[in-house]
Amino acid sequence: MKPRKGLPILRDEDAADAGRRAFLRSAAVGAAAALVGGCSSFDPQLRRHFRELSKEEIARLLERVKEENRRRFGRETRVEATGAIPGVEFGYGLDLSRCVGCRRCVYACVKENNTSRARPQIQWIRVLELEKERGVDLTHAEVYYETPTVPRPGKFYMPVQCQQCRKPPCVKACPTQATWKEPDGIVVVDYDWCIGCRACMAACPYGARHFNWGKGTLPAEELNPEQHFLGNRPRPRGVVDKCTFCIQRSRQGRYTACVEACPVGARKFGNLLDPESEIRKVIETKRVFVLKEELGTEPTFFYFYAT
Amino acid sequence: MGMAWMVAAGALGLAAVGAQAGKEPTGAKGARSELVEAQPPPFSEGIFPCSQCHDPKIAPPNRTRRALGFHADAGEPAAVFDHDAEHRWCVDCHDLQDRDVLRLASGDTIPFTRSYLLCGQCHGDKLRDWRVGVHGKRVGSWNGPKTYFLCVNCHNPHTPRFKGVRELGPGGGPGIWRAPTAPTLELLKPEPRPRRPEEDRL
Repeated sequence: MKPRKGLPILRDEDAADAGRRAFLRSAAVGAAAALVGGCSSFDPQLRRHFRELSKEEIARLLERVKEENRRRFGRETRVEATGAIPGVEFGYGLDLSRCVGCRRCVYACVKENNTSRARPQIQWIRVLELEKERGVDLTHAEVYYETPTVPRPGKFYMPVQCQQCRKPPCVKACPTQATWKEPDGIVVVDYDWCIGCRACMAACPYGARHFNWGKGTLPAEELNPEQHFLGNRPRPRGVVDKCTFCIQRSRQGRYTACVEACPVGARKFGNLLDPESEIRKVIETKRVFVLKEELGTEPTFFYFYAT
Repeated sequence: MGMAWMVAAGALGLAAVGAQAGKEPTGAKGARSELVEAQPPPFSEGIFPCSQCHDPKIAPPNRTRRALGFHADAGEPAAVFDHDAEHRWCVDCHDLQDRDVLRLASGDTIPFTRSYLLCGQCHGDKLRDWRVGVHGKRVGSWNGPKTYFLCVNCHNPHTPRFKGVRELGPGGGPGIWRAPTAPTLELLKPEPRPRRPEEDRL
């Protein structure tokens, strides 16, 4: 394949990217490879949609991710593709009257989810500093606030992350069906199928999707070895990623990293279909709102005031 | 007078508050969790049991309401009593005869591990929210065993307005605040701000 000028993102491809890029460049080559891949070896780039794969095919896929982790980080990892728990729809509550804006959740998320630390710095949670006098007025939100101590007088804080909408505009916008909503309500991305067009980022009204402009930096010793195929496995360059309610944790019954990191207990997580769950108690007993309700995205992420 | 609650490591050990487990939520299919624990109350090191000093045989208890120090003599950090101080004092909550327990308005005594019952006498709305998980922090499983933080893991009972907390001992590690916490009088220090786009070019 001759060298080709293009977006910087497409330069110096590594082996894992090569198949996909080649496919995009040449339909003929791609089709031929697909034929080969279909009958003999299992090419992760040219496989069918994730939800159409058999158990054996998924197992092979996970093996490939582990191998890639070994190659890239020199570490053994446990990569799973655990499915949704039947009878569960996840819901999230965030108590705006408690949040102090300390950003502990942001860094717990980064650590848990193997997001790139720098160039690009990817943080799935953005904490907005807002003025009490104005209320939730996003035109006066500040994410770059710096202060020795929080909270600052006259301010309140509103962390924003993926709202796991019931009608997710990002899913509609994706031209390759690389992102979809799982039965438990988590909107996931298949990083192998994402072509990096970023249409979903344009469609998301919450700024919850982030683009891996480069391979990024993720020190091997900070790699979280507990990984989910649709969640926190290290992302290749040129794909979109997003909050997955810590799919690798929540599907094993654990609280998300941000819930456990919050020093003020402002974050609530549970099963919307269980009337005894924390999130149901929040919805039933507190003043609850969703962000940008008027857009009809129907988030399953609820902000509330407990006082 | 025995009230120094202050912050520091050391505690009752991992005192599980199993007594309330039957009333707590919740499971994936509505099944109630059997395994609910509470964090230990954040005693200062060496302060408990209180009876090692407050022994009725050494000094007979004195019921007269009077101004008292907060163990400043015993090397405790400076403390304040700012919890309706005008109307209340030590033995409204601490038991006069047995300093190792707390005393409810009914006259019943409870261990320090169940201090939330004492708090809930006045703050019933908060106790109700805490029981169902709306108020306060929990770690563990959303559908299984979980650990509750007690009122006193975040609120200093002697000056209860929330200011900040710090982690006690190992178990949490930086970033994930799983370990028990103790209230402090200082506000929290925020983590670094995100980089601006122009600072993060490839």
